[in-house]
Amino acid sequence: MIDGIMKHDWTEPAAAAQHEAMPHDDPNHPHALLPPDPALRVKALETILTQKGLIDPAALDEIIDTYQNRIGPQNGARVVAKAWSDPEFKAALLADADPVLADLGYYGRQGEHMVVVENTPAQHNMVVCTLCSCYPWPLLGIPPGWYKSDAYRARAVREPRKVLADFGVSLPEDTAVRVWDSTAEVRYLVLPMQPEGTEGLSEEDLAALVTRDSMIGTGLAKAPGEAPA
Amino acid sequence: MTRVHDMGGRFGDGPVVPEAEDAPVFDQDWHARALAVTLACGALGQWNIDVSRHARERLTPKDYTRFSYYEKWIAALADLLVEKRVLTQEDLQGQGAEELHALAERALKAEAVAGVLAKGGPADREGGPAPVFTPGQAVRARVPADNALVSGGHTRLPHYTAGARGYILRLHGTHVLPDSNAHGLGEAPEPLYAVRFFARELWAHPEHPDDEVVLDLWQSYLEPL
Repeated sequence: MIDGIMKHDWTEPAAAAQHEAMPHDDPNHPHALLPPDPALRVKALETILTQKGLIDPAALDEIIDTYQNRIGPQNGARVVAKAWSDPEFKAALLADADPVLADLGYYGRQGEHMVVVENTPAQHNMVVCTLCSCYPWPLLGIPPGWYKSDAYRARAVREPRKVLADFGVSLPEDTAVRVWDSTAEVRYLVLPMQPEGTEGLSEEDLAALVTRDSMIGTGLAKAPGEAPA
Repeated sequence: MTRVHDMGGRFGDGPVVPEAEDAPVFDQDWHARALAVTLACGALGQWNIDVSRHARERLTPKDYTRFSYYEKWIAALADLLVEKRVLTQEDLQGQGAEELHALAERALKAEAVAGVLAKGGPADREGGPAPVFTPGQAVRARVPADNALVSGGHTRLPHYTAGARGYILRLHGTHVLPDSNAHGLGEAPEPLYAVRFFARELWAHPEHPDDEVVLDLWQSYLEPL
């Protein structure tokens, strides 16, 4: 224990006295001073910060547009399709993903240190973040709700096969599962197995078979003509 | 000390509920605003990613459990803004000054967003201690799986690995140590390894004898075996 490190500013006597006078359910945390309704709480904080010039609403719109419309699993799908089509690209991607992905423009926040792991008949890979919600944003965008859920975070490391069953995926008995718990700033992308009979398809047609879940490892790539998940 | 966020291996959470591949990125408009406000405040430069993760983990277990994902983000952000003296409690109550803030010149502008998101924030560093483990080597995860520098502090060593035997899979390089960086104690970079553990070393009832879990663990999280 280092003196002072864990002492919060709001435990100072004056602040504590002020809190005691207020009917909040958690007197130690300032967030309770904001409206409890989540939408109103975000709106209130955004308004306060905007009034002080600390955030620019136009910048917020830009951030949202980026992750809603421009950065998403379509990026990862292009990488996978290229790896299926080009053995040299695939070898380079698996050996050292960062320069390969940077060349394609897929670098940035929450994707600074990428590792791509290949599914084979002998080994199926699956990615989780048990401690929070770490996810390769430049390749897959913002994680889906289930990836951030308590159930996935709790169970993926202990019973991945049962979790896969929740996704309708069943693996052969002789396929080992390797679960990657993203505990540092390294982000993992699964290279799913190429569906049989798709050799020779264009990268664009191949990319259409690559689902988000197949790049997290909770799904498999689609067969041609298979309905979208 | 285990905290509520450290839930790997926990029982009782029920099924995982998949979503359609084309489901909206943000289920509610306020989810998108919460994410954007959080990223924009990060650009003010008053904290690092480890501090912000720790702020979410420091929510009371009761709040952590009852809050949805983006509620955690926004609550932790409000707490951090006050703790770092960017805002006051009066501000949060709508009773603060409306004048321009001293940090306003650092506010993220719309035209800078693309550049900031593309630039990211790499965690690898030059220097630091030399790697002492080599690929294939057997190691043991530290017991207890706590922050060794700060009592009850932030760590990225999940509780479920404590004392388990694993094998070095690869060296990622030298990365900022969250246990230090979350507490204003400096970046203290250390070699970071991918370490593989057999599921049977982690769980009393593994699903399959060959299954493994791989974690990224810093050198000081590991002991030689």
